[in-house]
Amino acid sequence: MSSKLTRANRAGWLMAFPGVALMTVFIIVPFFLAFAFSLTNQRLASPYATEYVGLKNYTDLLGLAVFTLEPERDDRGAIRRDEAGEIEYPRLRKFTRNNPDYPHLQGKREWFSWQSGDRRTVVLASDVVFMRALVNTLTFVLVVAPVQAGLALGLALLINQKLRGINVFRTIYFMPVVVSIVVVSLLWQFIYSPGDGLLNNVLGWLSFGTFRGVDWLGNPDTALPSIMAMSIWQGVGFHMVIWLAGLQNISPTLYEAGEIEGASKWQTFRFITWPGLRNTAVLILIVITMQAFALFAQIDVMTNGGPLDSTQVLVFQAVERGYGKQDISGGSTISVILFVIVLTISLIQRFLTRER
Amino acid sequence: MPAVKTDNRGLRLVSRYAALSLVAVVFIFPLLFMVMSSLKPSAQLLLDTKSLRAFLPVGDLSLANYSDAFARAPIGVFVFNSVLVTGVTVLLCLFVCSLAAFAFVFIEWSGKAVVFSILLATLIIPYETIFIPLLLMASQLPWIGGDGFELGWLNTYRVQIVPFIADALSIFLFVQFFKDLPKELIEASRVEGASWWTIYRRVVMPLSGPVIATAAILKFLFMYNQYLWPLMVVQDESIRPVMVGLGYFTDQLNVPWGEVMAYLTIITVPVLGFYLSLQRVFISSVASTGVKG
Repeated sequence: MSSKLTRANRAGWLMAFPGVALMTVFIIVPFFLAFAFSLTNQRLASPYATEYVGLKNYTDLLGLAVFTLEPERDDRGAIRRDEAGEIEYPRLRKFTRNNPDYPHLQGKREWFSWQSGDRRTVVLASDVVFMRALVNTLTFVLVVAPVQAGLALGLALLINQKLRGINVFRTIYFMPVVVSIVVVSLLWQFIYSPGDGLLNNVLGWLSFGTFRGVDWLGNPDTALPSIMAMSIWQGVGFHMVIWLAGLQNISPTLYEAGEIEGASKWQTFRFITWPGLRNTAVLILIVITMQAFALFAQIDVMTNGGPLDSTQVLVFQAVERGYGKQDISGGSTISVILFVIVLTISLIQRFLTRER
Repeated sequence: MPAVKTDNRGLRLVSRYAALSLVAVVFIFPLLFMVMSSLKPSAQLLLDTKSLRAFLPVGDLSLANYSDAFARAPIGVFVFNSVLVTGVTVLLCLFVCSLAAFAFVFIEWSGKAVVFSILLATLIIPYETIFIPLLLMASQLPWIGGDGFELGWLNTYRVQIVPFIADALSIFLFVQFFKDLPKELIEASRVEGASWWTIYRRVVMPLSGPVIATAAILKFLFMYNQYLWPLMVVQDESIRPVMVGLGYFTDQLNVPWGEVMAYLTIITVPVLGFYLSLQRVFISSVASTGVKG
């Protein structure tokens, strides 16, 4: 089908070669190496030969067990209680440290537990910090992706008006996007400072002094939400612009038709704007999800994963192992897990938002 | 009555601008705070957060933070490194990616479709998931340079540049743009006996201003703001980029906030200025990442 004029194997290969070769060496090869390293005990530098360890790295990270503790009873079979009246249970350590009767609990530690009747059910994890990082990352994505996409759409609709000087506002809303996330994190670390921090003061004025200062990044309950808010602030302009491009792709004749039919503002949005944004929506959700999973700089600059592991995330864990402890295999394993999650979620998003 | 009607419209207009301005304040206040604070002594800076003074150029203003910051850290070196690494990567990226895109769009060669779909598939791989194996590779890759053959790329400029020259998004942007160019132009040049290289250089690239700007801006933002990768592969101060150089100020027991604000201003304001002078191009560049083929 191709004419002689355009068929040129040698020229084609030669011109594509630099780009293809660079991407192969620096993206595709390391991508597959991550899978390979995750099955070994590869270290950054080691005098010993690297060995194949099978799925050990995965079980070391993902191993879970549920275990029910029976209350301690005295000689008459009554439940023992401590001075505060709380039920006493045997120490978990008795089961998780070299207990031949419970080999599946060996080395695991308590992640969380709950009470049901007299019993206490404990969920044990091989790597509690990793589990927290996993849950925190998923929480971050589940909150940030829809909120940021929604706010970005709101801003895009706000900025898509015909007003004099609207470009000035568009320029301002987009400004944080060109600022490095490292710079943004440091600025917000200052804004979030405890006591007389800027945010505490602003909230104090707005509430006429009734607001009590919060140690935003020092409190396990507020640290992750604070980082979420800041990340949304930084990234929302980027996605506003993508929504805006989508909005401006919708044919004006559709709006004219709507106006003739007497559609309300909401009906216009629901039946003209939103269907026209379908492809943009899929793209934005996938892009935000990928960016949110890659969360690292904010954590590294602001909290280092603390307080009490409340801001541990996957990339931070991967770096701590792969770079900090020079454990390439451990870091690679987390990278593979991260990739599998990102892939799964974007496939699900694509499926849910497919053309019907 | 027409008078009431105009009044109403005026009110609507005012409320619209009020809403827009309120949102603008949310986006601008940390940056305003950064610049203002960089001019104030640390003690005053901390006191000023109690009132609106935090956002105003008031009190004991000076450039002392800037001179102190320059005295504390080799800022000039950091800025030079960032500019060098970013500039070289952007230029090489524009060349390599446009060349590849040219081959994908205008030339028929065997294996093209397969290679292109493999490259496109890498769009789904976040850089963060390949940095750890890449770190090991970088520690062992060979290089032939001025000192002859050597092993290992850590602590070099090349480790900050080479892995980021080619990427799927840049190639994709060029492919999208090239597809819309009139094919007759290329066919005509072929008939006249022009080589592919000549057509690339003389016909296609001169028409590609907009996509060159787009790809350059996106790569520039990505490279200048890189943090995790240089953090892992660059320990040597003499080749450290600006974002990693920040550690100089924040790894202190008593963080010198005035100097931090000065440093942040130094590394941010040129980029903001660049953005403000080219804001239309910046915004349409980002918008074009959303236009899918």
